[in-house]
Amino acid sequence: MNLFCVGLSHHNANVETRERFAGNPETGCALRSSGCAEALLLSTCNRVEIYAASEKRVSTDEIARCLVRESDPHHFAPPFYRYENEKCAQHLFRVTSGLDSMVVGETEILGQAKRAYEAARASGAAGRYLHRLFQRAFRVAKQVRTRTEITRGAVSVGSVAVDLAQKIFSDLRNCKVLVLGAGETSERTVRALVSRGVADLRVSNRSRERAEALAFAVNGRAVAFEQWAKQCGEIDILITSTSSDLPLLSREKLAPMLRDRIDRPLFIIDIAVPRDVAPDVNALDGVYLYDIDSLQSIAEQSLATRREQIAAAEQIISEHVAEFGELMARGSNCSAQASEHPPVGIVEQGS
Amino acid sequence: MDRYLLIVSTICFLVAIAHTVLQMRGGIFRPMRFNFFAVGLGFIFQTAFLSIRGHVLGRCPITNLFEVIVFVAWSVALFYLIVGPAYRLSLMGAFTAPLVVFLQLFALFAPIDNPHRERLPANPWLEFHASISLVAYGAFALACIAGVMYLVQERQLKTRHLHSIFYHLPPLTDLFAAIIRLLWWGFALYTLGLVSGFFVGEPLPWTQIICAIGVWFLYGLILQGRYLRWFAPKRVAALCIIGFSAALTLLWGITFTTQTHTP
Repeated sequence: MNLFCVGLSHHNANVETRERFAGNPETGCALRSSGCAEALLLSTCNRVEIYAASEKRVSTDEIARCLVRESDPHHFAPPFYRYENEKCAQHLFRVTSGLDSMVVGETEILGQAKRAYEAARASGAAGRYLHRLFQRAFRVAKQVRTRTEITRGAVSVGSVAVDLAQKIFSDLRNCKVLVLGAGETSERTVRALVSRGVADLRVSNRSRERAEALAFAVNGRAVAFEQWAKQCGEIDILITSTSSDLPLLSREKLAPMLRDRIDRPLFIIDIAVPRDVAPDVNALDGVYLYDIDSLQSIAEQSLATRREQIAAAEQIISEHVAEFGELMARGSNCSAQASEHPPVGIVEQGS
Repeated sequence: MDRYLLIVSTICFLVAIAHTVLQMRGGIFRPMRFNFFAVGLGFIFQTAFLSIRGHVLGRCPITNLFEVIVFVAWSVALFYLIVGPAYRLSLMGAFTAPLVVFLQLFALFAPIDNPHRERLPANPWLEFHASISLVAYGAFALACIAGVMYLVQERQLKTRHLHSIFYHLPPLTDLFAAIIRLLWWGFALYTLGLVSGFFVGEPLPWTQIICAIGVWFLYGLILQGRYLRWFAPKRVAALCIIGFSAALTLLWGITFTTQTHTP
């Protein structure tokens, strides 16, 4: 039995091309007709891949024809890649471990691969060969995550801010957040915080309408701009992104407000340029001030750490590829007499 | 024979330290279960040591400075095994092991294991007083360790230089909650030990009484200061370290200078 993978990813095809070959309702039948005994379609926003097992070789063009959403009048030849047997296993192990992702170490792909496999198994599209391949891939991904630091740290400004907030407060559900300035970046950060359970949101902006609009969008409440400073005694997280030329918050202004909340930390995320909060505020006990540069620097540091871990992750993968190769060789010998071919179906995963 | 058990126990704690150091040098720091099991194994050997000593002495094995130090190290490991998993502070093992190793190496190498010439008579109140006070020391020691962890985490957040360990340390609020709980546990046990000291039926030296009350006041002050918001969490964490250092020094002073009064 021949295991192979044919696909397109963000490395070699733009989104238009990936869309064009994202599969269609007839893909399953077409793959079966082309000779695939087992097949699984992994379709995410960054990749479209077919993992299949077949007795005879199925050409890349045939797979491409099975995937195309509509006939191509321009005879466009997309740059499909193809991996066979051990190379196929190696590629899948790299994919599920996040090494082939746009953001190295991202973990979403593992969930997508698991859902694709589960659905294919339930429909009978995946049989023993893909079962072995995918179960091994999930094991490899787990090992890579636990034995290296490939998934460590956040790699975007918003997620860094959320990670830091969790490192200070642990549970964000009881945190009170004040957003000062209703800009796009602060909205993204707020949404990231909401996704981690923040429920008490207050929005303040020079323009009352914009404050109310953002408050409505994130299920918070608007606070008059003249009143925002008074909130500093109550809140846990302050996100500022106003267009003020001068700092709105200084050490002298904040210090008296902190006296009654000495045992509660205050996390300030200043994403305004020029900055809204004077840098010496960070020297106050219990205050943690991060500006856009420090958040970006942490994101870059995390990304660099992840890249440093690639070699260690590749080592784990190559060990598993070798083991898997031996397993497949033994399996092929045993199954030489078997003639059972599971039915082929197709399952598509959204990104 | 019993000293060999203590040596094996110390090796278990050393293995936990070596594992942590190797991981940190590799840029990876995952405490996982290894530290917990290494400390757990070390604890079993400590218990075996104390059990054999107690059997030989026919009483709680805290008759000299050597045994007192080992008993404190045992209390530290005990509290870690109770508190660590409960508050998801598995990383505490990486911080607990060095303290236990320091205490046990000192006990093993210093010439302080001096047996009493005569078999000491059993005094249940005195044994209860001394042992419960030493268990309280275990709680204070762990509060000190949590304080160190808090300061490490706080420092990284302040300076914005996040090292590998940052991602494995618990959040500040969790650490602070653990510190306060350990302080309350230690304070309650220490109070119990102090009160039981009045029932021992033997005159205790004034220096010992004053020092014991001094330690009680120190921890009472930290807790009261926290309750009245005199101290920020960072100060409480620092005071836990200072408090335990002072308490340990006083313990050494008490035991060393008044060994004849120790049961």
